[in-house]
Amino acid sequence: MADKKQLTFVLMDPPYENARTTTALRLIDIAVRRGHDVNVFAYEGAVNVAFAKQAPHANAVHGRDVEQEDHPNPKDWVAALFAAAAERGTTIDWVQCGLCVDERGAGECIPGLRRGSPADLVKFTETSINTLVIPTK
Amino acid sequence: MPKKMLQIIESAYRATIEEQDDTVVWITHAMKGAGGELEVLLRGNAVNYAVKSQDASGLAFGAKRQTQPPRIADDIAKFADRGVTVRVVSEDVAERGLERSDLIATVKPVSRSELASLFENYDLIWHW
Repeated sequence: MADKKQLTFVLMDPPYENARTTTALRLIDIAVRRGHDVNVFAYEGAVNVAFAKQAPHANAVHGRDVEQEDHPNPKDWVAALFAAAAERGTTIDWVQCGLCVDERGAGECIPGLRRGSPADLVKFTETSINTLVIPTK
Repeated sequence: MPKKMLQIIESAYRATIEEQDDTVVWITHAMKGAGGELEVLLRGNAVNYAVKSQDASGLAFGAKRQTQPPRIADDIAKFADRGVTVRVVSEDVAERGLERSDLIATVKPVSRSELASLFENYDLIWHW
């Protein structure tokens, strides 16, 4: 697309804690749907958003087994965003802060992401038209 | 020329004990080292990061002692050595009963009324 742009998002929150993670993924989804390339720098707890060992569970309060509950795991949302980007011919460059991964033992993430450092964030800011930080409060 | 960034730090003492620093102060140092052009504005409770007398040492759980506690004022002071300007919102300092003499010498006070014009100096402003 002629007006394809590159946007960067900095995420900081871990999954399952607040609405900011979902909001961030919504924004990334919109950017991809509109044909833009997206960079993500996952900082601190956000490296667990794509942690591969997340698992769905049943929910007795809802009276549903694991299949019926269809529990959304953020790692699956991230994978779906990568698939959506590929379908639309856009890219998502998702960098996991390496030290943040190490201190959490969160090295097992879904395919498509890469390990990096704040130097990658500096590069992202230089090549993007804008950067949105969504920090933990 | 690299984009000029302002890091506004407002959330204070966010996991600083287990991180041994403030994570935004840390990433600002790291980004500066990677060629970024950054400045820092401390506002709200984060103005306390510039207080010289803070001391987070002494934590121990059972036999496990923290030997390297966060030294955030030192980390703020090191910004001056790297050419990173650090400002504090003067009203936020006063509201917390802090005096200018309580703060490390290199931080520059800025009033709330000056912030809008200050923001015009940056390509990117990140609010943490």
